[in-house]
Amino acid sequence: MNVEITFTVNGQTLSARVHPGTSLLDLLRDQGFTGTKQGCGVGECGACTVLVNQLPVDSCLFLAVWAQGKAVRTIEGEALGNVLSPVQEAYLDAGAVQCGFCTPGLIMNSTAFVEKHQGQTVSREDIRRGHAGNLCRCTGYTTIVDAVERCLKK
Amino acid sequence: MFAVERYRRAESVADAVRLLAEDPFSIPIAGGTDILVKLREGHRQYANLVDVHGLAELESIILDTDGTLCVGAGATFTQVMESPLVREHAPVLAEGASWVAGPQIRNVGTIGGNICNGSVCADSVPPLLVLDAELELAGPEGLRRTPLRGFHTGPGIVARGQAEVLTKVLVPAPPRGAFAAASLKYAMRRAMDITTIGCAASVLLDGESIVWLKLAFSVAAPTPVRCPSAEAAASGKPLTAQTVEAVKKTVEVDVAPRTSWRAPADFRMHIIRELSERAMRTAVQRAGGGIR
Ligand SMILES: Cc1cc2nc3c(=O)[nH]c(=O)nc-3n(C[C@H](O)[C@H](O)[C@H](O)COP(=O)(O)OP(=O)(O)OC[C@H]3O[C@@H](n4cnc5c(N)ncnc54)[C@H](O)[C@@H]3O)c2cc1C
Ligand code: FES
Ligand code: FES
Repeated sequence: MNVEITFTVNGQTLSARVHPGTSLLDLLRDQGFTGTKQGCGVGECGACTVLVNQLPVDSCLFLAVWAQGKAVRTIEGEALGNVLSPVQEAYLDAGAVQCGFCTPGLIMNSTAFVEKHQGQTVSREDIRRGHAGNLCRCTGYTTIVDAVERCLKK
Repeated sequence: MFAVERYRRAESVADAVRLLAEDPFSIPIAGGTDILVKLREGHRQYANLVDVHGLAELESIILDTDGTLCVGAGATFTQVMESPLVREHAPVLAEGASWVAGPQIRNVGTIGGNICNGSVCADSVPPLLVLDAELELAGPEGLRRTPLRGFHTGPGIVARGQAEVLTKVLVPAPPRGAFAAASLKYAMRRAMDITTIGCAASVLLDGESIVWLKLAFSVAAPTPVRCPSAEAAASGKPLTAQTVEAVKKTVEVDVAPRTSWRAPADFRMHIIRELSERAMRTAVQRAGGGIR
C-alpha cells in the first residue's frame, strides 16, 4: 500500500516511500528535520507548523502523500548559514523566545504572515488573529506580536 | 502514524465515485481535519480512504450566468474567505468561514468537509442556510441537486449516499433590493474554539419594513436549523423594537438546545435569544435599515 512521493524541503528534492497514514510531521522528523515539533498531534497547538506552497499548515494533520510535487519549508531552511532570517532576527530582538518549543512553528507561521502582509497596514489584533493557531505557554504573546510588527514595519 | 487500512487516490470526481462504489466501507477524505483527528482517536470506520484532497475539479469558485455562486466543495476556508466572488456575492459565507479555528486549519479544511461531516457545530452551515444554498452531489447514478436545508438528518448524519461526492455548494443570486446577512459565533475564545452557539440572519427590507427574515442556528438543536416561527414573526413586519422582541420570544419554538459540558441548556437559550437580536440587527444595518 506504500506510496512513492517526491517533493522539495527547503529547496532540496526529497523522495520517499511512505505508508499513506504517515503524517508530514512524522516523515519530516524521520528524515532528520527535527526542528519541527510535535505538541498536541491534533491541530490545536501549531508547534508542527510548516509551509506547504507558502501556506502554513499543521504538519501533524497533513498526510505526507499530500506533499507530492509541492514545496515544503521548515525551520531548518530559514537561516542561511549563520545569518538568521528577518523573522528569526526579530524574534531574537523582541525577546519572543523562552523555552523555544513553540518557536519553530511560530516562526514558520510568522514568516508566511509577514510575506503575505508586507506593505499592508496590519493591526496588532490582525497579527494576533493571524497567529491564533499557535499556542505558546511561556512568552505571553506580547513579544511575539512585537516581533511580527517589527518585521512588517521594516 | 494514522491507522489507515486502505488508501486509494482519486484522479477525478468520477474516479472517486467509482472507488467509493467499489468499497462500501470507504469514505472520501478532503482536508482530513476531521477524519485524521477521528483516526487518531481510534475510530476504525474512518480507515478506508478515497483521497480527493486538492482535486482541481473540486476547488473552483465561479459565478454562473444566472448569478448562482458555485463554490467547489474542495475549496478551503481560506480560499472561500479570500475569493473576490464570495466576498462580493456571499460575504456572509466569507464571514462564517473566518470563524473557523485558526489559519493553519483554514488553509486545509474544506467547506465540503464541514458540511458532510454533519457536525452540528459547523461554522459554514448557518450562513449557507440563510442564503438557501443547494448542494450538488455526484454519485453512481450521476449528478443530483438537493437543498442544504434538510441535508443534516441527525447528529453527525447527512443525507449523502456512501458513494456520493459533494461537488459544489450553490448559492442563489441575492434578491434585488435592500438585502444583507450576518453570521455570528458565540464561543469562549475568539479563535481555535468550537462554537457554543452559531447564528446567521439574512433580511430583505422595503423602506421601514421587513419583507422577510431568515434565521439559522448551529448547536441549538440536534442538527443545524432554520427558524420558521421566528422568521414568520418578523416577515412583513415593521422595523421596530417590538418586532425584534417578537423574534427573540418566538425563536424558542424553533430550537431545542441541550446541556453539554460546554454550556447548560438554559444558558444556550439565553445566547440564542441574544444572538437572534444581534444577527438580525447587524443584517438590518448592513442592508441600510435601522430599527426604531
Ligand atoms: C483544531 C481544530 C479546530 C477546528 N475548529 C473548527 C471550527 O472552529 N469550526 C468548524 O466548523 N470546524 C472546526 N474544525 C473541524 C474541521 O476543520 C472542519 O469541519 C472542516 O471543514 C472539515 O473539512 P475537511 O476537508 O478537513 O474534512 P475531512 O476530515 O476530510 O472530512 C470530513 C467529513 O466529510 C466527508 N467529506 C469531505 N469532503 C467530502 C466531499 N467532497 N464529498 C463527500 N464527503 C466529503 C468525509 O468523508 C468526512 O466524513 C476544527 C478542526 C480542528 C482539528
Ligand atoms: S502538534 Fe500539530 S498542531 Fe499541535
Ligand atoms: S516559548 Fe515556551 S512555549 Fe513558547
